[in-house]
Amino acid sequence: MDGREQLGLLRGTGRCAPFSETLAGADKGPIRAEKIDILQLNLGTRCNLACGHCHVQAGPRGDKAMSREVLARCLDLACDGEVSVVDITGGAPELNPHLEWFLGEAGALGKRLIVRSNLVILLEEGYERFIEIYAKNRVEVVSSLPDWRAARADRQRGAGSFDRIIRAIRLLNERGYGRESSGLVLDLVHNPAGAYLPGPQKALEREYRKRLLDDHGVVFNGLYSITNLPIGRFLEYLVRSDNLVDYMADLCGAFNPAAVDRVMCRTTLSVGWDGSLYDCDFNQALGLPVRRGMPGNVADFDPGRLREREIVIDNHCYGCVAGSGSSCQGATVS
Amino acid sequence: MGGYYDTEDLADFQNIAEFANEQGEAFFRYYQAALGEGALTEREKSLIALAVAAVEKCPYCIDAYTTKCLSLGISNDEMMEAIHTGAAMAAGVILAHSTQMRKIVKKKEM
Ligand code: SF4
Ligand code: SF4
Repeated sequence: MDGREQLGLLRGTGRCAPFSETLAGADKGPIRAEKIDILQLNLGTRCNLACGHCHVQAGPRGDKAMSREVLARCLDLACDGEVSVVDITGGAPELNPHLEWFLGEAGALGKRLIVRSNLVILLEEGYERFIEIYAKNRVEVVSSLPDWRAARADRQRGAGSFDRIIRAIRLLNERGYGRESSGLVLDLVHNPAGAYLPGPQKALEREYRKRLLDDHGVVFNGLYSITNLPIGRFLEYLVRSDNLVDYMADLCGAFNPAAVDRVMCRTTLSVGWDGSLYDCDFNQALGLPVRRGMPGNVADFDPGRLREREIVIDNHCYGCVAGSGSSCQGATVS
Repeated sequence: MGGYYDTEDLADFQNIAEFANEQGEAFFRYYQAALGEGALTEREKSLIALAVAAVEKCPYCIDAYTTKCLSLGISNDEMMEAIHTGAAMAAGVILAHSTQMRKIVKKKEM
């Protein structure tokens, strides 16, 4: 399904009012950007896995990759005083041939550098070296681990992936990642392995911490819990399993006006593999670029105008404002 | 008119104060106080709630607390174990009441 078909499905489904109406009813719309604090780069669609919840529908056959030119331009943008975080995602960022070079350059900027790695790749031949590259550049590693039990995690990420993630965490731990004193940060991401919303982040973190330590002897710094947005492969799963109507009802039934004030698009600018600009990675996956009339590509980046842009919203946005709210940094409302 | 138990009816739970607001609100305060995190964790309470839901055969509560348990990362075997605890308790309660029957039998039989 392309972005247009996905949005058509979300607009036509069940018992939810259009997101814009719900926002207006709560006196919360339109959503406007406040600053460009996080520059999020999507390095491409290639991935060694093909997870069942992947919103960008990445996989081994993904053929989009950010070029060195676009990355160099992003480096210039990252120098902007306002940007404090460079957040790198994909696909599997490690499969982009320019990642190592980019991290070396970006590491010297003294900003927070995040790589969203699936960790499984770190055990594959030729990619183990990234553990050292990450440590050297003080990269914060963030990895999705849908569950602390192998069976549930494997259902989402593929058979055997859980054990490999644990092995990779063990290697990262040995290098100092996940240990308080080292300053090397390893955060994990929980997202539900099915058609339900995540529970309280704190309770899940406690559970993960205990189980991963007791069962596998591994440690991590923090757990982000993320709501699955009803797009991409997760949307296909919802349709296939006849869960879409109920899931959308759950999302809009849990609409939390306080979470609207904390949506990540207010402080993030997302860059696609070809340099196109988006309000977030989800809008990018749906093919919804920044509002018309705004500078749409890194080539004509204009922080003054982008900082005050109105965010492009649609019904998938219910996922960011349900319950405790959800962002790439986990829950947004305590 | 649809069936008696509709999935959508679960959402009506928040309206049960309708027609008797004061009592309803009092119930919600109590419900939240009882089920919120205390000396027992939310996790433990959710498993207890699931077991009670199954014993009381309430499809709404079974739906709500199965989902809650999933959200909290509780495993399927833990949920089933909680339901077995409820089932064993229910069986025990029934069997314990056989004492009444046995007492009466012993009193009345020659
Ligand atoms: S969710 Fe991440 S690891 Fe899984 S297929 Fe998508 S990009 Fe790859
Ligand atoms: S989906 Fe994107 S645009 Fe919509 S609320 Fe979430 S971050 Fe903002």
